[in-house]
Amino acid sequence: MKQFSELISAVEITNKTNAKIEALVNYFSTAHNKDKLWLIALFTGKRPKRPVKTTLLKDWCMEIAQLPEWLFLESYSTVGDLGETISLLLPEPEYQQDKALHEFMEELHELKSTSDEDKKNYILKTWNSLEAQERFIFNKLIGGSFRIGVSKKTLVNALAKFSGIDSNQLMHSIIGNWTPDSITFDDLLSGEHINYDNSKPYPFCLAYSLEKNLEDLGPLEDWQVEYKWDGIRGQIVKRNKEVFIWSRGEELVTEQFPELVEIVSQFKDDFVLDGEILAIKDQAVLLFNDLQKRLNRKNVTKQLMEEVPVGFYVYDILEFNGKDIRETALRERRQTLEDLFKTEAINSDYFKLSQRISFKHWKELDAIRNEARQFNSEGLMLKQKASPYHVGRKKGDWWKWKVDPLTIDAVMIYAQKGSGRRSSKYTDYTFAVKKDDQLVTVAKAYSGLTNEEITEISRWVNKNAIEKFGPVRTVKPELVFEIAFEGIALSNRHKSGVALRFPRIKRWRKDKPASEIDTIESVKALIGSYFLM
Amino acid sequence: MKLIKFTKKGIYCIPGKFYLDPWYPVDYAIISHGHADHSRWGNKHYLCHTDSKYILLHRLGKDISLETMDYNSPKMINGVKVSFFPAGHIIGSAQIRLEYKGKVVVFSGDYKTQPDFITTAFEPVKCHEFITESTFGLPIYNWKKEEDLQQELQNWVINNQANNRTSVFLGYSLGKAQRIMSLIQGMDDIFVHTAIHNLNEAISNSGISLPKTIKLEADFKKETLQNKIVIMPPGLLGSRLLKRIPNAATAICSGWMQIRGNRRWKGVDAGFAVSDHADWNGLLDAVKATEAEKVYVTHGSQATFSKYLNEIGISSAEVKTEYGNEEDTEDALEKEPLKTSAK
Repeated sequence: MKQFSELISAVEITNKTNAKIEALVNYFSTAHNKDKLWLIALFTGKRPKRPVKTTLLKDWCMEIAQLPEWLFLESYSTVGDLGETISLLLPEPEYQQDKALHEFMEELHELKSTSDEDKKNYILKTWNSLEAQERFIFNKLIGGSFRIGVSKKTLVNALAKFSGIDSNQLMHSIIGNWTPDSITFDDLLSGEHINYDNSKPYPFCLAYSLEKNLEDLGPLEDWQVEYKWDGIRGQIVKRNKEVFIWSRGEELVTEQFPELVEIVSQFKDDFVLDGEILAIKDQAVLLFNDLQKRLNRKNVTKQLMEEVPVGFYVYDILEFNGKDIRETALRERRQTLEDLFKTEAINSDYFKLSQRISFKHWKELDAIRNEARQFNSEGLMLKQKASPYHVGRKKGDWWKWKVDPLTIDAVMIYAQKGSGRRSSKYTDYTFAVKKDDQLVTVAKAYSGLTNEEITEISRWVNKNAIEKFGPVRTVKPELVFEIAFEGIALSNRHKSGVALRFPRIKRWRKDKPASEIDTIESVKALIGSYFLM
Repeated sequence: MKLIKFTKKGIYCIPGKFYLDPWYPVDYAIISHGHADHSRWGNKHYLCHTDSKYILLHRLGKDISLETMDYNSPKMINGVKVSFFPAGHIIGSAQIRLEYKGKVVVFSGDYKTQPDFITTAFEPVKCHEFITESTFGLPIYNWKKEEDLQQELQNWVINNQANNRTSVFLGYSLGKAQRIMSLIQGMDDIFVHTAIHNLNEAISNSGISLPKTIKLEADFKKETLQNKIVIMPPGLLGSRLLKRIPNAATAICSGWMQIRGNRRWKGVDAGFAVSDHADWNGLLDAVKATEAEKVYVTHGSQATFSKYLNEIGISSAEVKTEYGNEEDTEDALEKEPLKTSAK
């Protein structure tokens, strides 16, 4: 447990991914094989059922520490984590023991079927033998999840570095169907329980932002133009009757989208498709905001699937019936795709080919782009019809051309110091617009100003701070900024009633007094313009 | 007659006609210790402990009117018997005891009950009324013994050296820096930032011997620092100076580091709960040892601590002060991350 505890301390304190990976590799090189399996299980959410109720843990802790409940709760609200609160409130341990992680996991498993009295004996005895940090981890093992900033991707990268095995294969392995007591560590890594040949994805082809005049692209017949969608770029792999969905972040997200699996399973052919996972309702693409409700859910309920149905717009095909066709020209791949949809006669609002936009002159395209937002599209994609499906980002063949951002004028009401090299300056600001005769927060933004502007604003904040809440300064509502953002949606979670997507500072409007900022009504009107279509 | 009154300018002794650690300028200020929120600029006359003398002169200017006094050697001011007792907070820190017509009031200033290697150890003082701080007035704060902290810090340095890294400790220039020096002395060369170096000199002027350190010159050569130890103020986290230190591993030393969220918030390599304030049991023990009839709780968790004292049968009230409130004090600097994580 000491070793596991040290690993947790090491990975949780740093925000550098490389340092986390280093600590994990070190753990994989030295820990007991069974402990490694448990580590992977715990970090990927494969944790066993909680053997003891949280309220019991709290009661026992108050009893031992002899604290009134209000003081326990006061402590809890300062610490913010129940397991940690308990670990800090308990008196010093009276004896020591060092058990391995897997031994604790086995004991906790057995604890499930015992009486409350036995549970209490076991927990109290264990608490009394562990230092604060190990106690905290033990409490986490009992129930909570490990939120320590190690993503599946980081874990997989560490495993790849440790073992030399391809990281996508490892991703499939750890997500696959296994439990720590049904497999060995080596078998898990080598993928004994999975068939990686069936799931293997390709690297995504990525585009740069358009940096030329359209006329310089050459004849428009050479270009395929499509809408750019704001969902999750994904790859659907169908091989030997198995279906896998990969996100661009190289995570396997198959289980999050059962409806896509169902549709794809109906195809007779095998293939690997590149496309966009989107929330779709009544044949229209919803905002990313809506799709977000479907992400990273452990259980996808029927109700949620009805509330936010998910679909897939297909951009490209990389493999067809076992053959890698990435080197063939886009126009041929597109033909393959169209034939595929024709012969398989799949007709669904939720599984469609990305529409090709027809136009006669380059000039028309600008207007088409700026109307894109009406369909919740982010803009356009321009793809050279002769291009292969490149690995990664390559300039010239694919361009993205986004719609101009929406903008509002808002006033700064809070400022906070940045982190790292920006920690001496106020760099993080909160902005508000008018609501009747009051102000209401609409956005937080961190970037978009020059260092000189940041220095000037910091000096102003120091002089004009009204109140402080921890690191946050409330300032006189005087400085006006133009805020740009990609999208806007109604939101219950925000006090203002709206959520902005990717807000950033476009410029400091020194020319504008605070009396001339936008009102919440004028901001909400921007949403309205979406649905004028 | 009431001996003390809490006023807008600070804690006022009515018959003595002087203030204790006032936050607005007054004629006569008795100072508990040299931290900026307790010894402010602009008073006409100062009285502090002998060991605080050069700290105050360094911080407030050579031309202030200042007199000093040792621990446990009383002085009469307008009929009030004033004496200092060790507070164990930083070098020269004192609890201020006031006695008038048989009534005794003690103002703790900031204090720490656990002994360390460098500060005169805290002494409990019996009194009728006790004014206590409560910076760490929650039962989650329990400090390790000084020997265990020493082990912890030294292990960290050894481990860094094994990995070819330079150990950089971040701690407030007055108090924390000297404490860190005492915990790691003898391991290797200790380089200190100018601000710390200047305070070290001020402290040495009082005849106190500190562990040997080297002033970190602005144009230091990188190779001279490799694998060594550096101490600098927490404000320099993320600074260019810190970035120039080769292969730096950074650690913040502060009581707030007791909480995981605070350790993670700062983006450092390690956080050690080294505090110059009393922990929960330290506060409780100190209060009980005074046998006071009434306990006034100032800066920190005053509401919580005061409520708890009342529940265990010690009559208590919270008092609003301006301590721990100023931008450049240790309390304020360190408290910030905590408040964000609590909300």
